[in-house]
Amino acid sequence: MDYSSKILETCLLAGRLMIEAGSEMYRVEDTMLRIANNAHADDPRVFATPTAVFMSLDGGKLSKLVQIQDRGINLELVDRVNTLSRKFAQSEITVDQLYDAIKEVYKTPSYPMKWQLVGAGVLSATLMVMFTNSYDWLSLPIAGIVGVIGYWAYMMIQRITNLRFISELVSASLMTLLTYGFQHIFPAISIDHVLIGALMTLVPGVPLTNALRDMFLGDLLSGVVRLMEASLTAMSLCAGVVIIMRFLGA
Amino acid sequence: MTYWEQFLIQVVFSYLASIGYGLTINIPHRALNAAGITGTIGWMTFWILDYNESLGRAIPNLVGSFILATLAYLLAKKKKCPAPIFMIPALVPLVPGLPAYQAIKALIGGHSILALRLIVKVCVVTGAIAVGILLSTILIEILNLHTWKKHL
Repeated sequence: MDYSSKILETCLLAGRLMIEAGSEMYRVEDTMLRIANNAHADDPRVFATPTAVFMSLDGGKLSKLVQIQDRGINLELVDRVNTLSRKFAQSEITVDQLYDAIKEVYKTPSYPMKWQLVGAGVLSATLMVMFTNSYDWLSLPIAGIVGVIGYWAYMMIQRITNLRFISELVSASLMTLLTYGFQHIFPAISIDHVLIGALMTLVPGVPLTNALRDMFLGDLLSGVVRLMEASLTAMSLCAGVVIIMRFLGA
Repeated sequence: MTYWEQFLIQVVFSYLASIGYGLTINIPHRALNAAGITGTIGWMTFWILDYNESLGRAIPNLVGSFILATLAYLLAKKKKCPAPIFMIPALVPLVPGLPAYQAIKALIGGHSILALRLIVKVCVVTGAIAVGILLSTILIEILNLHTWKKHL
């Protein structure tokens, strides 16, 4: 592989990883251009969308497209690629080292699953009190438990299927079902309070925030796409709750 | 419960909530504590302004998101991390979860007008949060321009 194609490959790999990890488009394009400029590439151009990245070098002689299949959320990965490109800018590492390092980043350790589940439980329990503004100490642990089980189901379903929005729908239904089950055992808990807390673990916070930031910085295309993704996620959450409530509650 | 007891509970819970969301979206270990503190400051700004419910819902959300986004940018510069790492977990407490849930409930019960009113409320709150972030982006641009001129 000659020098220019190596630069192209490195930039595209960095861009692909960042989009897959849920970064904003402005940061992706900026990082790719920075790597190319610091490698003294000739006339680098980048166009990134949530589903594909295009890049051309040498006045269009070299150009390549990379498709993006799955979009998850892993902000640690974004941070690592960012740090690597910064190191490259200060010429601490060469292009080859950068390429290998970015390939290694792929195996970046995430928090173990039990920590993520603890996070989900804490989030549901605390947000229940903050949102409803009622200090309902009986519903608090129940919200935590429902949040943990629902989030666990969400992660499991995401592992086995490629279909989008199904995992949110099924886990929201499961949460609603569990809440009604718990109310059967402890009649004093409030279904509304428990569900408001537990559902917050599945809220599309990352796509929503990134969509807004994309739009403010002029990336209208990815802003609209991400806003759509966020609202579809929210709608499948609603559908999951409604399906169960229609038959069990109200 | 007295004002200060509630205040203390809200401080602790908003810190925990931001860290909890940070764990589920896998933010870097070194940013976890800072994200929690950003979340606490953003939420407490909202909570203090919203306590008497005299300002409506939009203004407290706008001011809260403005302050937390500005703080996230400053932290990003200091810790050399991307700003969303602090901003996203910190914004979670401000998400209009309660009106959204009430809107679903109203839809199930067949109260379409009430549901529409609640959905509009969700949109207004989301818009207020967005404007808060936009204003802080502008502020940071101005500050950057200022320091850039000084270096020139």
